[in-house]
Amino acid sequence: MELIYEKSVPGRRGVKLPASDVPVAAPLPEALLRAEPAGLAEVSELDLVRHFTNLSRRNFSLDTNFYPLGSCTMKYNAKVLENAAALFAPFHPMTALLPGGEEFCQGSLGMLYDLGQMLADITGMDEVTTQPLAGAHGELTGILLISAYHRAKGNRKKYVLVPDSSHGTNPASAAIAGYEVITVPTASYGDMDMELFRQAMNDEVAAVMMTCPNTLGLFNPHIKEISDIAHSFDALMYYDGANLNAIMGKVKPGDVGFDVVHVNLHKTFGTPHGGGGPGAGPVGVKKALIPFLPLPRIVMDDNGAFGLQTSRPGAIGRAANFYGNFGIMVRAYAYIIMLGREGLIRVSEHAVLNANYIKERLKPYFDLPYDQTCMHECVFSASRQLAHGVHAIDIAKFLIDRGYHPPTVYFPLIVKEAIMIEPTETESKAAMDAFIEVMIEAARTAGSDPQALLDAPLTMPVSRLDETKAAREQNVCCLV
Amino acid sequence: MNDSHYCPHTAEEIREMLSVVGASSVEELFAPIPPELRAKTFNIPPGMSEFETFARMQAIAADNSAAMVNFIGGGYYDHIIPAVVDHLSGRAEFYTAYTPYQPECSQGTLQALFEYQTAICRLTGLDVSNASLYDGATACAEAAMMALRATGRNRVVVDGCVSPFSRQVLKTYLYNQDVEVVEITPLDGLLNRAALAAVLDERVAAVLVQNPNFFGCIEDLSPLAAQIHAAGALLVASVYPVSLGLIRSPGEMGADIAVGDGQSLGNPLSFGGPSFGFIAAKKAFIRNMPGRIVGETVDRNGKRGFVLTLQAREQHIKRHKATSNICSNQGLCALRGLIFLSAVGRDGLADLARLNRDKAEYAKARMALIPGVAVLQSAPAFNEFTLFLPGPAAPIVTEMLKQGIAAGVPLGDYYEDSANALVVTVTEKRTKKEIDRLADALQANI
Repeated sequence: MELIYEKSVPGRRGVKLPASDVPVAAPLPEALLRAEPAGLAEVSELDLVRHFTNLSRRNFSLDTNFYPLGSCTMKYNAKVLENAAALFAPFHPMTALLPGGEEFCQGSLGMLYDLGQMLADITGMDEVTTQPLAGAHGELTGILLISAYHRAKGNRKKYVLVPDSSHGTNPASAAIAGYEVITVPTASYGDMDMELFRQAMNDEVAAVMMTCPNTLGLFNPHIKEISDIAHSFDALMYYDGANLNAIMGKVKPGDVGFDVVHVNLHKTFGTPHGGGGPGAGPVGVKKALIPFLPLPRIVMDDNGAFGLQTSRPGAIGRAANFYGNFGIMVRAYAYIIMLGREGLIRVSEHAVLNANYIKERLKPYFDLPYDQTCMHECVFSASRQLAHGVHAIDIAKFLIDRGYHPPTVYFPLIVKEAIMIEPTETESKAAMDAFIEVMIEAARTAGSDPQALLDAPLTMPVSRLDETKAAREQNVCCLV
Repeated sequence: MNDSHYCPHTAEEIREMLSVVGASSVEELFAPIPPELRAKTFNIPPGMSEFETFARMQAIAADNSAAMVNFIGGGYYDHIIPAVVDHLSGRAEFYTAYTPYQPECSQGTLQALFEYQTAICRLTGLDVSNASLYDGATACAEAAMMALRATGRNRVVVDGCVSPFSRQVLKTYLYNQDVEVVEITPLDGLLNRAALAAVLDERVAAVLVQNPNFFGCIEDLSPLAAQIHAAGALLVASVYPVSLGLIRSPGEMGADIAVGDGQSLGNPLSFGGPSFGFIAAKKAFIRNMPGRIVGETVDRNGKRGFVLTLQAREQHIKRHKATSNICSNQGLCALRGLIFLSAVGRDGLADLARLNRDKAEYAKARMALIPGVAVLQSAPAFNEFTLFLPGPAAPIVTEMLKQGIAAGVPLGDYYEDSANALVVTVTEKRTKKEIDRLADALQANI
């Protein structure tokens, strides 16, 4: 398909601007003026609409395809959430920061406060900041909070511990927050090796970052013991909330010893992923860390009025411009109040039921390195298919031709040829059965006609793409 | 109401699935969680129907004051959003997709991001752009970290005229790193160049400026760029993208890295988000870029296609050695930015920028007529300017809010000895009548 710039015709316009009702200003000095307008597209509104509508048709999406992308929680995004977010489009964030401005923003501030309270209840934390703009941003904020805690106590800490099954963002966030990363291997039972963990712990460890259930979809039964060991060294426990969707109402991270939690609203709370964002990564903390929370902090006074605290000595400063990805917060809030207590519990129950169902049905056809009751996702390996020269990526491409977005492949890194399947609670049994049949077909085809998988996909606008060429040529901007 | 309508299973289907799984109940699947760790309370209120939920959200929105005439900016701007932006970005094929990890079934998102990167490069006058960052403030911090990596130095100089929010975020990001942040106190609403010269040495990785700055002033960065480059440092410019319809691009002025907030490009105010951050740089720095980058390539048949490229910089491969920890970005907001820029178009963005400046210049002249009010005149402005009132600005702003006018941002909270200063923003959406009303109300309140 042509680029929008290749459809441009000089002088064509897509929007009529408002007419001016003021005099033309004297021009800016020459040194400040742009020599010529930026080379943006010049298209009519209809050209524009056709271009982006046709582009959209070149995407798989949740609304068009089953999308069992493990760890990403591609659940259905209720349409009413979009309508709710649109209600808040006109409100300027600076209004609340003007002197006396909070009183004109009581709806927005109150919603953020209530959302914080509900997330605190779900995670077992004492207070939540909604400021972080994505999960990884929440991790950075959370580790900075931990660092502020240690500084205030005069602790000398150098390390952050992560299991080798962790998301790449965990070590990356710890590094930006100024820590060295120690990676602890996973044991044969699918969780961080307890013996190696004990050996790795010392007085210079600032935090242990865990995803629980972990990226193999397994709940770590030793989690309380891990917390107790960490706390005995005055190391804090960080909860990566990527998999919170499996345990709502069943277990609270705060109850098993976690001190800091981030929540991916776009995963657990049904807000759309937007083709890669925006997400939102609110961070919850236990009491001891409240003094360090970023500003502005949303507070409620004795009369139930909401306001902003804009200065506090211990605070880590500011994680982002304003109060977080507010529009995402609106969607998550509406999702929580709509589903309610029983609905959220059912979300976790059905997410776990669905993952176990797929796990059991596919177990005869694919290797399952950690064969246990899983939580919301299960991780297979394509190692059996590898004997026929078929890799996980080939199975992924075969699924595309059958109309399925592939599961996550090659993650977690500790599983060879990993295929990580997360159906989510919103898929029906019929949808999963159809997917399972195609997975079985892929396994059979790997034995009978491996070339068919290596050639896939054949039904998409493009066949497999040359990633080496892209990296070598670094053509990241249209030059015509 | 059926509170399980997003969980579609019937009781019969659940029984069938449990028998496949070999469990007698769904609860049994939670057996790996030790009983003593199970939640003792769960205090979320009971659920409600979609209709009731929406009504509740309407009631919450109604607790805000909608009838405010905005003359406030501070990083977020009240611009027109053509209807096509909502309609096209609202296509579920875009907004319910994930990061385009599987390029063959994600060419829509990937090509759109390639077109977005192109728009950002052309707007900023630089060579390479990534596929978006979180917001303008975090983009400043990412640019600083990029310069620290590229130069191997450990000091960042930041102009005090940069948004206080961006400066705070920068310090928070660098809070625990072995990096010194040196801030230069503004002089007449501009970068104090003598003070910069005094701190510019071989330790400085980057100088971060904002153009137009928080006071609304526009500067020619070209001489500054030469001075900074002579010291071996990089010039990072935070820019307001709508202003680039009129103002010389940061690339043309010699900046090495340009960043900014994309809210003004087709993203609603939405009480502060989501918007997107953009970052563009000279080609030499591409391997130091944070976040996702889309690149052009070909498929097995030689047909053009797009993929995520240079992923070896990123956290999912490099882990603690990655250029940034960013994973999810603000892709949908960047798409809105692209649709906005493509709808407004080449000449349209120039017209839009001129319209902003014309309105602001009219407002500036109008305010200058108010007895006791002075206008900061140290440099030309785009669509924001600083006023000096005869007394503290804060109580006047408070009073005018009650009259339905957000008159501007008082600078007293952000700068010392600036209690009387007020930054006023006038976008193309403000009418002459509204500007006159602002002037009359300001005169009446001082």
